[in-house]
Amino acid sequence: MVDRLLGRSHAADGPAEDRTAVVWAHVQQARNLKRPHTLELLNGMADEFIELHGDRFFGDDSAIVAGVAKIAGRRIVVIGFQKGQDTEENIRRNFGLPHPEGYRKAMRMMELAERFGMPVLTFVDVQGAFPGAAAEERGIAEAIARSVGLMSRLRTPIIVVITGEGGSGGALGLAVGDVVLALDNSIYSVISPEGCAAILWRSSEHSAEAAVAMKVTAEEQRDLGIIDEVICEPGEGAHTDPAETARRIKDVVVARLEELELLSLDELVEARFQRYRAYGPYTVAEQPAPPPPRIGIAGRLRGLLSGTLRQSASDREEV
Amino acid sequence: MPIRLPFRPRRDAYPPDLWTKCPGCAEMLFNKQLDKTLRVCPNCSHHFRIAAKTRITQLVDSGSFVERDADLAPVDSLGFVDLKAYPDRLVAAQLTTGLKDAAVWGLAAMGGKPVSLCVMDFGFIGGSMGAVVGEKVTRAGEAAIEERIPLIIVASSGGARMQEGTYALMQLVKTMSVVERVKAARVPYISVLADPTTGGVFASFAVVGDVNIAEPNAMIRFAGDRVSAGTIGEELPAGYQRAEFWFSHGFVDRIVARSKLRDEIIALLGFLMAPAVPGAIEPVAAPGFSPRSLLSALTGVLSGDSNGDSHNGDSHNGDSHNGDSHNGEAAGSRGEASRG
Repeated sequence: MVDRLLGRSHAADGPAEDRTAVVWAHVQQARNLKRPHTLELLNGMADEFIELHGDRFFGDDSAIVAGVAKIAGRRIVVIGFQKGQDTEENIRRNFGLPHPEGYRKAMRMMELAERFGMPVLTFVDVQGAFPGAAAEERGIAEAIARSVGLMSRLRTPIIVVITGEGGSGGALGLAVGDVVLALDNSIYSVISPEGCAAILWRSSEHSAEAAVAMKVTAEEQRDLGIIDEVICEPGEGAHTDPAETARRIKDVVVARLEELELLSLDELVEARFQRYRAYGPYTVAEQPAPPPPRIGIAGRLRGLLSGTLRQSASDREEV
Repeated sequence: MPIRLPFRPRRDAYPPDLWTKCPGCAEMLFNKQLDKTLRVCPNCSHHFRIAAKTRITQLVDSGSFVERDADLAPVDSLGFVDLKAYPDRLVAAQLTTGLKDAAVWGLAAMGGKPVSLCVMDFGFIGGSMGAVVGEKVTRAGEAAIEERIPLIIVASSGGARMQEGTYALMQLVKTMSVVERVKAARVPYISVLADPTTGGVFASFAVVGDVNIAEPNAMIRFAGDRVSAGTIGEELPAGYQRAEFWFSHGFVDRIVARSKLRDEIIALLGFLMAPAVPGAIEPVAAPGFSPRSLLSALTGVLSGDSNGDSHNGDSHNGDSHNGDSHNGEAAGSRGEASRG
């Protein structure tokens, strides 16, 4: 700012602005509607997939799909967010914004996986949970909390693949696992860049800066330890070659599953607990010494008296 | 010549910290009077937000609270800068609240029974949950499991702390996984939802108590109303996302006025802390010999408790807390001793 007022060169601003632009392009790429979602990826990965529907309480959420699949000869329960690729499908899929029913269906499937000894594979690509009154009054918060809780203790391997937007609690509801993978153009954040900018910058014009500040890109999240492995997308991005994207994901998922199967279920669940137990750095600050208690004249007198008494008592003991 | 009177002249202006205007009924309330009514407006019963330490004093047996981990402090893990740098925000919040972060946890007694208590402070960056808050909630839960005492969490928070990025998001998992363990250990968990409980805090530990208690008219929500009204363009019903809304939709067991909160929790704990259920998961006793476990085993035998080693340790602990509730100083010194 000062530099600009003084008419100095903007060279120092250059890289920062570049970075903002790069990150913002990355965010747009992650949101590209043509990206393959759960069903498209399964099309390329699974030999067989049977979709199962309904949460057994209220209805079936079309923004979350779930079912049983055969991938490389393994039985796997697959759960994932499903955005539409065109307007018509998007209206049917509620623009990929899930209601509580979606998470409750997901929990049903996870319990099914646990009961029948199948691992769970989830695909995460969601802006966030549906923020309207219908979701709220049916308990979107409770559904997400319980889903997160269930995933944290589920006695079967869980692999999470972030394929696009990992948006806040809505994404987290399906994103707790033993291994968290991500496509390289995906993002993961605690709140959408727009939401963050609206609150902290008080204007959504600063969304790109918010995205930079929150370190949303898959690679940055890997460096923070939130994501274990970043999977390279083919060509110009996952949408240019969905089949190849699916193949690459499949290879990593199968390799990771083989590793996880070496652990006993107890070890697996404990390792998962410890993983999430360890997230979030903090320090132990030095406590300033508490200020000496303020004592009035009476207190001081009392102190003096008891002090002398104690003194004399210890003298006596020494003697 | 003016006569000098031996008392102070009438002041024209009163210090601002003397009176508070009630946002509910616009009445001017005398602060000392407001403190006596637990910071609830005597006129319209508006529940003011209160600091964590005030809440603790209102809830627990006087002098029984022993704070743990007061020295846990947040770090700027992302190098986050918005209009202000995160470390600057932290320092400002630490100065105004006197806390290191937005939660206080410790062991206390309620109605003579030990509890593990964690209270959030909205005054510290909107009570937002970052690594320290998540860690404190988790430690409170772990202490509840270890000592087999009830867990009480008073939530008052704007949600996850954006400045800590996905680490803040991961605190939802961390706190939920410890709550799951609390439940598996059959230790009661009472969640108190105070104004406001929103976002990631509502969507994790705050919503899944064995009993959920809300304060009257508390704002409780997952998505902000600006988000809903803006992105969806929906008309929002009156009283939307207030405690009463959640009560009528079945997510809150009881709406309890602040003056009755302590008694209500004590009464509930009387039901939930029943004698040990057969088949309950008992905490595993630490292997090997230690003089302390022998001592606690003896006290257990003396008090007629025939359960496992570590359980006896708890009953010993319970006794000490009973004692503490009568004597604040003893509680303080014992707490320090156990820390060292």
